[in-house]
Amino acid sequence: MNLLPYTIYLSFAGAALSLAAGKRSAAAARAVALLTAVVCTGISLVAAFEFTPAAGLQTLVDVPWIASPAIHYHLAVDGISMTLIVLTGLAATAGILFSWNIEERTGEFFAFYLALIGGVYGVFMSADAFLFFVFYEIAIVPKYFLIANWGSTNREYGAMKLALYSFAGSGLVLAGLVWTYAAGDATSFGLADLTRAALTLPAHDQIIIFALVFFGFATLAGLFPLHTWAPTGHVAAPTGASMLLAGVVMKLGAYGCLRVALPLFPVGFAYWQPALAWLAVIGIIYAGFVALVQQDFKFVIGYSSVSHMGFVMLGIVAANERAVSGAVLQMFSHGVIAGLLFAVVGRMVYERTHTRQLDALTAMPLHRMLPCAAFTFVLAGLASMGMPGFSGFPAELTILIGTWQTSPLLALLAAVGVLVAAAFTLRAVQVSFFGKTESVAAHAPTSDAAHHFDCITWPEKLGAMLLIGATVLIGLKPDLLLNWIVPALQSPAFHAVLKGGSL
Amino acid sequence: MNSDYAQLFHALLPETALVCGALFVLFFDILWARHHSTDRLRVAVMLGLLSLAFAAYLAIDAGTPGPQFGGVLVVDMLAQVSRVGVFVLAGLTLALLPGLTRLRHSAEFVAIILFATVGFSLMGAANQLLLGFLALELASLSLYILAGFDKSRPESAEAGLKYYLLGGMSSAFLLFGFSLLYGLTGSIELDHIAMALHQTSMTPLLAIALVMVLVAFGFKAAAAPFHLWAPDVYQGAPAPATALIASASKVAGFTLFIRLLWPGLHDVAGSIASTSAPSGWLTIVAVISAASLLLGNLGALAQSNVRRLLAYSAISHAGVMMLGLGVVVTAGYGPILYYSITYGIATVGAFGVIAVVDANGGCQRLTDLVGLHKRSPLLAGCLLVFILSLAGVPPLAGFFGKFAIFTAALKLGGISGPAGWLALLAIAMSAVGLYYYLIILKQALIVKPTEAVTPIKLPLPATLALVIAAALLVLLGVFPSPLLGLF
Repeated sequence: MNLLPYTIYLSFAGAALSLAAGKRSAAAARAVALLTAVVCTGISLVAAFEFTPAAGLQTLVDVPWIASPAIHYHLAVDGISMTLIVLTGLAATAGILFSWNIEERTGEFFAFYLALIGGVYGVFMSADAFLFFVFYEIAIVPKYFLIANWGSTNREYGAMKLALYSFAGSGLVLAGLVWTYAAGDATSFGLADLTRAALTLPAHDQIIIFALVFFGFATLAGLFPLHTWAPTGHVAAPTGASMLLAGVVMKLGAYGCLRVALPLFPVGFAYWQPALAWLAVIGIIYAGFVALVQQDFKFVIGYSSVSHMGFVMLGIVAANERAVSGAVLQMFSHGVIAGLLFAVVGRMVYERTHTRQLDALTAMPLHRMLPCAAFTFVLAGLASMGMPGFSGFPAELTILIGTWQTSPLLALLAAVGVLVAAAFTLRAVQVSFFGKTESVAAHAPTSDAAHHFDCITWPEKLGAMLLIGATVLIGLKPDLLLNWIVPALQSPAFHAVLKGGSL
Repeated sequence: MNSDYAQLFHALLPETALVCGALFVLFFDILWARHHSTDRLRVAVMLGLLSLAFAAYLAIDAGTPGPQFGGVLVVDMLAQVSRVGVFVLAGLTLALLPGLTRLRHSAEFVAIILFATVGFSLMGAANQLLLGFLALELASLSLYILAGFDKSRPESAEAGLKYYLLGGMSSAFLLFGFSLLYGLTGSIELDHIAMALHQTSMTPLLAIALVMVLVAFGFKAAAAPFHLWAPDVYQGAPAPATALIASASKVAGFTLFIRLLWPGLHDVAGSIASTSAPSGWLTIVAVISAASLLLGNLGALAQSNVRRLLAYSAISHAGVMMLGLGVVVTAGYGPILYYSITYGIATVGAFGVIAVVDANGGCQRLTDLVGLHKRSPLLAGCLLVFILSLAGVPPLAGFFGKFAIFTAALKLGGISGPAGWLALLAIAMSAVGLYYYLIILKQALIVKPTEAVTPIKLPLPATLALVIAAALLVLLGVFPSPLLGLF
């Protein structure tokens, strides 16, 4: 438990080391990166076993950092952050396994990658708003370089769009937090102190500040209509980075909403709640329909991410205990599943076929040529659709039940979103992998050479197994995580904001 | 005037050390270096660095704090921090010279940098209009020469002339403002001026005097709408000269005007805490700040020359510093000095990188940076730190400086007044800023060179200076308290 902060330090140290190792050989950089990620995952899993769920944050480190304005280096975890820390470990490890084929400037790739991971770990552990913000921004810059340098389609545009959206969002957050601190005469930037300061503000100030902070974070979470960076960014990113972006970084935004925006400004939240709930539902359905008509395989997954993050946002703004616990579960579940989907599309398929156009993929009997990829994708697709037995099912079900308590209409509309998700996932599976089902032999003479692909490598299999294992485990036993999440929601920080009742 | 020359001598020891150092540099160059022409720059720089280090040591231990020599000078924390700050910045600039510059008469370049530094140092301690003006002129005249020092390039001459003409005009404004202040209050001592103003209220003549002073200040700080010299000078002047103009000169200028405006003219400051508050010179500062934030950030978007881009970024930073000047009333000198010094370090670093690239095939257009990560990974890494600090990305020092100023500005009166609006504008503009800073980094770190690139030879002093600057930005960003806590 007390080792948890080392995940942050180790990640940054690993970044520096792999940069140095990359000067010698690419293999050394890979080894360093994988070792770092595995050790961090190990630390987080050990901490998870020792973790006793309780209401409120359990402090890991708390030392004064800056005297004026009073800022503490305060790291703490509760069930929610524990869930996401474990997710970060899994996604990072899998992402490195799926980045095994990066040959160009390998050391720098893993340096940026691990710096991003370090920032993410930091965000999930921060209990001081300033510290939270610092780690949040540390996580933004590496994304730009990862995408702009190692990405594909339209990478410089995608990278810049993503960086500017994220930075503008964090600017809103900064403005809101500093405003709260200054106007409310807070004694420090600790979340508890800021909450007290926010309560002293007039109601209409709270409404404006809540909007700044919430929409700032929601930009990164991909809330409609601020989501447009997500599909372009994910498509442009190299596989490992898109796994991380969709899997973990979008959760930073949702986590920020849940950890900072809601507890700080219950009054502001009450004002915005109906609008936010509608935006979330519109996002679910709209992104689902857009995913249905995409021609680029990766765009399908990109929009599906936006749709699934809509569920997370819906769960958070439905603001009762069940819905929010479902939202956290969905964060974990989507982190794993989106990682898996991007891994199949970006690494297993694209690196071999060199196309992501569904037309072109239809022409190849991929289920025969890449059976392992097809198998993985079918599993991931089932999980993504929310089939029982995978983690998506308990997560979305919990969110829908919770939302029903708040607003049956929104729950019904969101349920339509589940159907749309099933539709676009099945279409993607069918068109890409099972587009041509006649026997290969009939066509062998004409296209044999072109259709010979390398086998799926061991790092890929390992990464896929890791993620599939996680989604199945949580699908079969969601209580593993819910037992952490639910007590965390009992904490006084959430009391004012989480209540039943209708919109 | 109860003069105590021993005390004065003690207070001016750092300047004395610098003048002696500059004279040594010149003598040495004439007597010895004419026979050893290969080492003359290295020796000059070494002597210059030694005298700067000695001056910094003397400045930290600068006798009894308080007014010196009847109040002409004042030695306080503001003066000490600003002096040490400009010495560090001038030292970093000096270290950029060996092996990189092909200037003729390089020893004179070193000596003039030292003379400029004497001016900066006096600007930090001056507590009287006349001494302040003389110090400013000493520094400015040195800088005009430095800007036009590269006699082989017409752009450098253009930069020098432009800087000189506009600078001369701003000095005239300043002198006019000072003469009005003297006429209104009957004194050139800041303490007496403050006492005299305490009894009077705002008059039209006083308003004219304040506007004149602020015009000159706006020029020194390269703030809009007095910024027009900046892009041309930054572009034309030799890179080390630009580094000095953009960094140490700014720290010294802000210190001089902080002392003039706050302890001297605080009774006519007005307030920017709310819209209904009385107006004074703070109102003008707020207008300049808003104009600089908008013009600097939006102007930078259109640049294709990396030096002009940094000039526009300097204008936008001047906007933030103007806001920092406005919050001195509640937050003290800490945030503004922290900001200007860390900004200076980042700028010296950025222009240091430009100087190195310049010596290896020219560095004007953004595309001249292409392939830097292949040509010299260390240089590219340092540039990453400098630019990200300018962009205000944590945990680098540039972020904390902005954060401290914005917090103080919002503390003034929430968003019910200009201070709060300016803080929100500055936050919004920092997102715009990230775009052009990333454009620089994209050229240096991402774009693949189309032809084979030559590796860059990094001279040892420049390497040390850049690494030290980058390390300072990281350290001051992670541990801002040692510098902020001084006040």
